[in-house]
Amino acid sequence: MEDTYSFLRTLADSWVMLGIFAFFIGTVIWAFRPGSTEAYADTVNIPFRHEDKPAGEGDIPAATLKEGRSNG
Amino acid sequence: MWDYIKLLVLAVIMVAAGYVANNARDLAYMVSAIEVALVALVVFIFVIRGMGEAKTEPETGYMDDIIRVGVILTMFWGIVGFSVGVWIAFELAYPAINYSDALQGYLNFGRIRPLHTSAVIFAFGGTALITTSFYVLQRTTGARLFGGGLAKFVFWGYQVFILLAATGYVLGATQSKEYAEPEWYADLWLTIVWVAYLIVFMGTLMKRKEPHIYVANWFYLSFIVTIAMLHIINNLAVPVSVFGSKSVQLFAGVQDAMTQWWYGHNAVGFFLTAGFLGMMYYFVPKQAERPVFSYKLSIIHFWALIFLYIWAGPHHLHYTALPDWASTLGMVMSVVLWMPSWGGMINGLMTLSGAWDKLRTDPVIRMMVVSVGFYGMSTFEGPMMSIRAVNSLSHYTDWTIGHVHSGALGWNGMITFGALYFLVPRLWGKKELYSLKLVSWHFWLATIGIVLYAASMWVTGIMEGLMWREVDDQGFLVNSFADTVAAKHPMLVVRGIGGLLYLTGASIMAYNLWKTVTRAPAKADAPAAVAAE
Repeated sequence: MEDTYSFLRTLADSWVMLGIFAFFIGTVIWAFRPGSTEAYADTVNIPFRHEDKPAGEGDIPAATLKEGRSNG
Repeated sequence: MWDYIKLLVLAVIMVAAGYVANNARDLAYMVSAIEVALVALVVFIFVIRGMGEAKTEPETGYMDDIIRVGVILTMFWGIVGFSVGVWIAFELAYPAINYSDALQGYLNFGRIRPLHTSAVIFAFGGTALITTSFYVLQRTTGARLFGGGLAKFVFWGYQVFILLAATGYVLGATQSKEYAEPEWYADLWLTIVWVAYLIVFMGTLMKRKEPHIYVANWFYLSFIVTIAMLHIINNLAVPVSVFGSKSVQLFAGVQDAMTQWWYGHNAVGFFLTAGFLGMMYYFVPKQAERPVFSYKLSIIHFWALIFLYIWAGPHHLHYTALPDWASTLGMVMSVVLWMPSWGGMINGLMTLSGAWDKLRTDPVIRMMVVSVGFYGMSTFEGPMMSIRAVNSLSHYTDWTIGHVHSGALGWNGMITFGALYFLVPRLWGKKELYSLKLVSWHFWLATIGIVLYAASMWVTGIMEGLMWREVDDQGFLVNSFADTVAAKHPMLVVRGIGGLLYLTGASIMAYNLWKTVTRAPAKADAPAAVAAE
């Protein structure tokens, strides 16, 4: 039976490192997924939408009001 | 009912703090306890005065009151922190101004240096981060802050932490960890405040009206989560007594050193970088009136930064008891970190593509661009200094100080100034700033100040490193430590002057913002409602 340190060290050097690396590559692939350009063209304008007051000021629950739908 | 519970809790805190102050084992702890009692008293008075009134506060619109207070306090802490910095810079050049005979050492460099670092990083930077994060979070989610009064608790709770930390430093309560000096009671308090901060932030995200979480919020969130983790682990300590400020660290030796610099470098990475990148990704596009250059790049920037920064700490411990593999790992990760940093810089700078003419007419955007430029410069310099061979020359010299300040004054300071210039007219309903000419003055004073600071520290740092390692043909060291101190004098004076210019610029800013609030013309009423849709 190995001691805890050696076990964790080996694990960190192998599977955990692989997993972290795969996650990172995944985020890059995700950013370049098909259709992302159109989606981000909308996303990137978020700072220019709600400067003065919250979206759909009122008591409409968030779940029913997504931006873009609010103006019909 | 809720108010009665509040009053009861506050009364208990007051009595308990009074009891603790009476039994305190040391001066710092006693003063801190008195401060806690006074803060509880002030809150008590506020609560009791507000009790009879009907709750008329509108629960619609953005919660901007606390942001206005935050802007004022950011400016205040900036002036305080820069002033203390200029003072200790001249103490190093002219030690006589310690006045240690008259003041019993209370103004010595060693005692007020942490006051300076904490005032600029945690008071100025931290208040700026909390303030802007509340502003940006609301605007990019299209939702009012979650949690009602919780945001106020976060804001004022953080100020109480700053108060406890600062009195602790001056009166000698410190756990001697760089950038984590506050003792256990202040650390515990900050933990509570920080959890509340996370709740406000997550709660607002959850009720967002925008389906997508804008990238600035990712950076702010990573700042909040990572700082919580770092703060708790690096401050694991056992108090000697509940009536005293002294505590004993859980870790010892090289483990303690590694934990400290894992904390220390990630404080740079997630407090001074990720948090301020959140500002960059909102305020630069807003001021340029153009969306960010590449949203894809911003996503890659975010994840690459998150994955790499956390490893970089060991480069602070080259040539120590830390195993070689660990310091090599830290070095390699630091060098790799150069790439995402420059990806972020490019993203910030290129946001202006097609609008470069604004640099000529708008000193605020100029400030932001120089800030991003300094971000790029210090994130190139940092990886280079983390290389073991370079580090053998630069470590323990003033080069490090110069590097830190080109990042702190250049990147953190300038982006915060830009954000404040952006915020003040909007938050106080003004058409524009009082004077753009004064912004230009601030810009040039600050920029020249940083250049003087960084250049003098490069010269003196490299000189120091070379003098320390110089040996004669017999193998004996040529210079004593005092020789290097004497040789540094002119550069230390130049550094002090650079700091003075930076402080002057910030003072002009404070004046300009004050005039904007009191004198600038009010914004015309919002345009009439849009035509029928």
